[in-house]
Amino acid sequence: MPETALDDPRLDLLQRAEGLRRRTGGDFHERYVEQVYAEAARLADRAVASDGAAAFDLDRLIDRIVTHRFWGAPVMVALFTLVFWLTISGANAPSGMLAGLLVDTLHPALKAAALGVGFPEWLAGLLIDGMYLSTAWVVSVMLPPMAIFFPLFTLLEDFGYLPRVAFNLDHVFKRAGAHGKQSLSMMMGFGCNAAGVVAARIIDSPRERLIAIITNNFALCNGRWPTQILVATLFLGVLAPAPLAGMISAVAVVGVAGLGVLLTFVVSWGLSRTALQGEVSTFSLELPPYRPPRFWQAIYTSLIDRTLFVLRRAIVFAMPAGAVIWLVSNVDVGGLPIAEHVIGAFDPFGLFIGLNGVILLAYVIAIPANEIVIPTVLMLTVLTAGAPELGAGAGVMFEPGAQSAYLEVFRMGGWTTLTAVNLMLFSLLHNPCSTTIYTIYKETGSLKWTLVAALLPLGMGFGLTFFVAQVWRLLAG
Amino acid sequence: MSASSDAACTSCASGCNTAHLERLGIEASTYDYVIALAGNPNVGKSTVFNRLTGLRQHTGNWPGKTVSRAEGGFRYGGKRYRIVDLPGTYSLLATSVDEEIARDFVLFGRPSVTLVVADATRLQRNLNLVLQILEITDRVVVCLNLLDEAARRGLHVDDRRLARDLGVPVVPTSARRGEGLDLLLETVHGVATGALRTAPPRRAFEPPALKPVVDELTARIEALFPDLPNARWVAFRLLDGDTRIREAVATGELGALAHADAADGPILLDVLDNAHA
Repeated sequence: MPETALDDPRLDLLQRAEGLRRRTGGDFHERYVEQVYAEAARLADRAVASDGAAAFDLDRLIDRIVTHRFWGAPVMVALFTLVFWLTISGANAPSGMLAGLLVDTLHPALKAAALGVGFPEWLAGLLIDGMYLSTAWVVSVMLPPMAIFFPLFTLLEDFGYLPRVAFNLDHVFKRAGAHGKQSLSMMMGFGCNAAGVVAARIIDSPRERLIAIITNNFALCNGRWPTQILVATLFLGVLAPAPLAGMISAVAVVGVAGLGVLLTFVVSWGLSRTALQGEVSTFSLELPPYRPPRFWQAIYTSLIDRTLFVLRRAIVFAMPAGAVIWLVSNVDVGGLPIAEHVIGAFDPFGLFIGLNGVILLAYVIAIPANEIVIPTVLMLTVLTAGAPELGAGAGVMFEPGAQSAYLEVFRMGGWTTLTAVNLMLFSLLHNPCSTTIYTIYKETGSLKWTLVAALLPLGMGFGLTFFVAQVWRLLAG
Repeated sequence: MSASSDAACTSCASGCNTAHLERLGIEASTYDYVIALAGNPNVGKSTVFNRLTGLRQHTGNWPGKTVSRAEGGFRYGGKRYRIVDLPGTYSLLATSVDEEIARDFVLFGRPSVTLVVADATRLQRNLNLVLQILEITDRVVVCLNLLDEAARRGLHVDDRRLARDLGVPVVPTSARRGEGLDLLLETVHGVATGALRTAPPRRAFEPPALKPVVDELTARIEALFPDLPNARWVAFRLLDGDTRIREAVATGELGALAHADAADGPILLDVLDNAHA
């Protein structure tokens, strides 16, 4: 009988349970777990027979190499360099073919057809030169690399390599005051930052999850490779002899991606020591068995789930951006197109940090999708350099037939190797695209942290390009 | 099997040999039974889920890829099933959000069947979870997955002996290749409809010294909630200071579970959303 007059038997039960709990002591949990484990071991022992032949364990052998204290990191870098090299060298030919079809052949045909059925010049310009051409450009420049990269990545994932990457990076993340699982959300970020931000849900602690979300932008996303790949090929690949050019470009791209990983650690470390202080949680990361990838299934799902998904997103954003580009280049204010005014205003600051006004304006227009930065830059450069005969007219994004044509356009815009290096750095370090920003807002529900996540990398981008420009100019005399 | 299966199978992408299965994707607004899909991380839960629903939830060979819960449906044996893919966990002690979500659904979601996918190559560790789920519910089917991999490593798992020991059906599968899914469906259907009765032996995981304490508390719980199938487990949780279970006792929510059967009343699918809130 209860001593106190509790009229609710449920509360009485709870009170009794609390009393008993205090008497049994704190190790109840451990002893319960021990008992469960012992029973599980007994049952497993009864049910499983081993034929004893499995002396050679291939999994363990592979793990000894890829998670080795010294060899783990080089193997990781080499694997990813190989993947990027295959992507860069394999994407050239199909990209050229797509551009030939969509841009060189289909675009003039569509333009002629639109004018033929009586579209006014401005409408045909807006629809065909603006919206269609930007979309065609994105498809031809993005589809081939994605169709190569995503299947390769999926095969690595299917095989079981990703958890080993997480394992290799786990202790670094811990030392940076972040959660080891952040290595997994970062891996997703290499595909798409919006996906990486959502993947940060696997981290339980709100503090560590915020760190993972804010730093995800430092993982170079799919939309930014075309920029990295193109600029590295044009300005850095040419510094090496022809047979090595592809590899040098791949190394440069991996270098920028590696800088992103490094900054992930640095910024995580900074955040966990300032605004987001707290304990590091521990977790167990299981290294799953290696499994032979199901080749065709990996190809199929990566094409459907990743390639087409990302491509659709890019197209959705490229069309309105194409319209904006066409408008700012064709609507005149005071005798000059709007774009000229803005570029003129941005130029002093842009040149100061080793970029230029065109690049800054391109990043403003391309907020919806990083994928369209390069086409925007090309078009605006042609416009301001006053050489429309090279392009296809004001506000028309174009895909020059040969790489040397890009180079000519860039040189005309006053580009140097410094501009190229800083563009690669700025491509890594600027605000996330609007989809990612919106995703961050949805995931954090906080305007403050969304602003931090958007402005922190932008500030760092300005800082780093300024620093590089100063050092460069100092060394160059 | 029968010719009619071909007609029912309209949405199969490949190798549709699973008789009477109609994959409903996410179109499962009405349903007769709910299946909770539980298991350790990276044992092929998502693969089983995709095979049954025809959905293409992302699968990958790494733990933690199922970020949010996935739901889907299928029709089998004239009944509509809703299946909920829970986050992969090693235990149900509610020490992390994942474990809490999985535990809450198995307990408060009142699934008709809890399908536990277990990795045949790591049976002991997987059985830890199976045993903990059996503490909560009898209506369990074990899917012994990755048998192809176990065979490659020279491991032979005696599924019949395991089924006898556990007191619930154990179905060997290789979900990646779609092997064993016919029997799995038939078994799940049997347990859901009540045609197959499970009879796991009552286990006592308390240290002998604590037996009187657990017995006393179990008796009190049974007195208060007479039809509760898992009073002993509730006693454990109270002794472990589990706040969610305390709350369920205080509000009487636990009593509602005792009277519920899969057949009566809507099943609380929003339990997972509450766990997030």
